Amino acid sequence: MNPTNEYKKPIPRPTEDTQPFWDFCKKHELRFQRCTDCGVFRHYPRPLCSVCPSFNFEWVKVAPKATVHSWVTAHRPFHPGFADEMPLSIVIADVDEAPGVRLMGNFMDGTSPDDLSIGMPVEVAFDDVTEDWTLPKFKRT
Amino acid sequence: MYDTKELSDKAAIVGIGETTYSRKSGMSNLTLQLTACMRAIEDAGIQPGDIDGILPQAAGATSEDIATNLGVKDLKFSAAINMGGASPCAALQNGVLAVASGVCDYVLLVSGRNGYSGARTAQSLAAGGLQGPMRAMGEFEYIYGLVAPMLWYGPMARKHMETYGTTSEQFGEVSVAMRKHASMQSNAQMKDPITLEDHQNSPMLADPFRLLDCCLQTDGAAACVITRADRAKDHPRKPVYISGFGEAHPDSPSSITQRPDMTTFGIAKLAPRVFGMAGITPQDIDVAQIYDCFTFTVINQLEDLGFCKKGEGGGFVEGGRLQIGGDLPVNTHGGLLSQGHIMGMNHVIEGAKQIRGSSDVQVEGAEHCLVSGYGDFGDGALAIFRGN
Repeated sequence: MNPTNEYKKPIPRPTEDTQPFWDFCKKHELRFQRCTDCGVFRHYPRPLCSVCPSFNFEWVKVAPKATVHSWVTAHRPFHPGFADEMPLSIVIADVDEAPGVRLMGNFMDGTSPDDLSIGMPVEVAFDDVTEDWTLPKFKRT
Repeated sequence: MYDTKELSDKAAIVGIGETTYSRKSGMSNLTLQLTACMRAIEDAGIQPGDIDGILPQAAGATSEDIATNLGVKDLKFSAAINMGGASPCAALQNGVLAVASGVCDYVLLVSGRNGYSGARTAQSLAAGGLQGPMRAMGEFEYIYGLVAPMLWYGPMARKHMETYGTTSEQFGEVSVAMRKHASMQSNAQMKDPITLEDHQNSPMLADPFRLLDCCLQTDGAAACVITRADRAKDHPRKPVYISGFGEAHPDSPSSITQRPDMTTFGIAKLAPRVFGMAGITPQDIDVAQIYDCFTFTVINQLEDLGFCKKGEGGGFVEGGRLQIGGDLPVNTHGGLLSQGHIMGMNHVIEGAKQIRGSSDVQVEGAEHCLVSGYGDFGDGALAIFRGN
């Protein structure tokens, strides 16, 4: 775990509406907003359910399992913080227990871009990147 | 006026202006944009002070800056359209509404930047911290290294390839066509023709995008002047009537990642409206200027516009169909891929030239030209131009 001032990558800039997601990540809990009126999950966090619509929601804990939806692999670092990690895959995955919700992340376990495919199952894992910030990422199952 | 068809052909572009597209303009961003403005105003045969509406589409020149420099005494309408690369084409909607309603006589649209010699896109994004429409991406995606446009759109392209079998070679067809057109243009950054093999041999930057899948970074500016149709014939150049126009947004516009279908752009909703407004179909389009930040973006738009079915865009672009002389010449100026990246204002300008019959890569007898803009976050805009 690095002190924040040594971590060279961008860190999240939450709002009041999104902060709870990160607080749960810090506890290594994967939780998403779910409307308590119509039961539809949503992400990224926001005040209003776009389906019913309702301001009422709960943060529902889901299993840390997801399925690769798509990805891109950076071969050039466009930010100096990632310079040592090329090629770096940035993966979008459908969260299995939260229909309609996708999560973005990198692999924590060195999974090669060559091994990626759409539909591949992945585990959501938590990376304590600084004292203050924990980011959800992926591992191969 | 409650039927948008009544707005068809109620406004026209009467002046266009461009600077040289280069890697080093040698002038300030504001001077660059004002140079394009003055060329458009002179082309329209009016005086700078005649402008009474201003729609700037890029950083570095506010409507206040432009009005002050032009000596505009009575500015009646101004707005900054925040749709990224769709902004200039989307601004046409605002311009048409402003002149067709009688609020303004002459609306000036301008876009430009020192995009090569000044701050590069990735640097500007980093400095700006991804605010405004990109805020959610900044918080949830930038942190994983998704820090440049080719990375934002890479997952869309990958999804399209995996779902429909679209190939990198088909991306190359787009790149080769744009370069061919640029090679025939007097004002273009990249004029050496390329082959499909050159495309495949170009370095991978953000898989699936190779170097030759990506647009240029450009110093340059472009501008146009819009007025009411009934005044358009009083100007020295052939009027370019705006037969259809509009802007569109995808579902979940604040995040590509969370979109139900990340391979469908907002223009899929807009295209039927715009063709309906103009009273034509895709088969009536003689030439198109389609926003080409990346090769894939062109293929996906051709599908969403109805030139082919969803998933068939890769096959559609094969065999030189997009090249001059092909079934649907696209980006006869060379596009963002080979002429320069002026936020798509150069697409608007080239569309007008095709209708005037004055392009360096002229489609003979072009009656209808389609222009598109695209830029997440925002998404898309369309316009249909015609001459008579």
